[in-house]
Amino acid sequence: MSVLAFTAFVALVSFAAGLLGSLTGLGGGVVLVPLLTILFHVDIRYAIGASLVSVIATSSGAAAAYVKEGFSNIRIGMFLEIATTFGALCGAFLATRIPTAVLATIFGAVLLYSAYLSRKPRPEALRNLPPDPLASKLRLNGSFPEGGKNRKYNVQNVPAGFSLMFGAGALSGLLGIGSGAVKVLAMDQAMRIPFKVSTTTSNFMIGVTAAASAGVYLGRGYIDPGLAMPVMLGVLAGSLLGSRILVRAETKSLRLVFSLVILVLGLQMLYKGLWGQI
Amino acid sequence: MPAAESQSGLHKPFQPQPWRDRRMEVILGNLLRAGVLLSAAVVLAGACVYLARHAHEKADYRIFRGEPSEFRTIPGVIQSVIHGRGRGLIQLGLLILIATPIARVAFSIAGFTIERDRMYVVFTVIVLLVLLFSLLGSGIGV
Repeated sequence: MSVLAFTAFVALVSFAAGLLGSLTGLGGGVVLVPLLTILFHVDIRYAIGASLVSVIATSSGAAAAYVKEGFSNIRIGMFLEIATTFGALCGAFLATRIPTAVLATIFGAVLLYSAYLSRKPRPEALRNLPPDPLASKLRLNGSFPEGGKNRKYNVQNVPAGFSLMFGAGALSGLLGIGSGAVKVLAMDQAMRIPFKVSTTTSNFMIGVTAAASAGVYLGRGYIDPGLAMPVMLGVLAGSLLGSRILVRAETKSLRLVFSLVILVLGLQMLYKGLWGQI
Repeated sequence: MPAAESQSGLHKPFQPQPWRDRRMEVILGNLLRAGVLLSAAVVLAGACVYLARHAHEKADYRIFRGEPSEFRTIPGVIQSVIHGRGRGLIQLGLLILIATPIARVAFSIAGFTIERDRMYVVFTVIVLLVLLFSLLGSGIGV
């Protein structure tokens, strides 16, 4: 394929991934690496580098819109970023040392888990939980506007959430994704943060987490300008458009389609990884 | 009550998200958007130069070779931009993109300092150090 055709196709696929990822709230990054490796036969290391760059772009691009809604909690974000950035650094160093077949296998497993999680309703945070002493000490508790009133919430189980966020950071650094699925586990399930707050706060954190591993990837020569360019511009344009045309009514069937795509890609990656075809 | 808050008297106890946090978030959000738009513009400019020169070559990413040092280090990228290379310009745009969340963390330190929140100044400095270690420790600065 010529450079022009390759750039155009990759930009188009990335645009679609960014658009669907933002419309469904599942994030586009997770499908990019399998699409690039399976459809375009890109080496998984180049694919991870390009995907990581696009993750920073979408997270930072959406931040301004999320901030306006007033749900994100800057202290929770900053505190957990200690865990995610350390994790990302470890993940990125690990990625340069383990065989690509193992990377593909882990990627497949993460995709399958994301597909499963996307079909499960998110647990609504229990109301009126007692304040946790550690969370109070760290000043993590907060409030957000709901139905014209300020709804307060008390963050729970800080050590479990912090450890899980280290894992989320490590996966992000290892695979070049935002690892929203693990973040949901940490913030919704363990820390019991209301999901409006956890979604926007985790978006805020994704860019910083990805920046922690981007340096390692750049230094190792994983970020190719010719590939990262259409991926980054495509995903960014798609996700910005997606956040403008967000139509609530149609997201349900879109979500189903997108989780099926994630499922199929996950099986493919798992197969390729286990049979060493990558 | 932590000492920093009670001394300053700026905060009411148990009001974890005062308006200053909100204002800080709005400023940071706009900073991030500006960084992304600048980066996208530079990448787009680089894309035009790159495609104008290499459109008909063969694209092949099957085999991982690793990037040459002109696309792997900050001085290398700057050199290649000076020589008018499109891919150098794309890498410069990507460097701006990577720097954007790092700038956000650096600005947060100032924000927490203004709020006299010593604990969060320390947390934010830790995050910034990890980010700088990642960037400079990976050898892209030389």
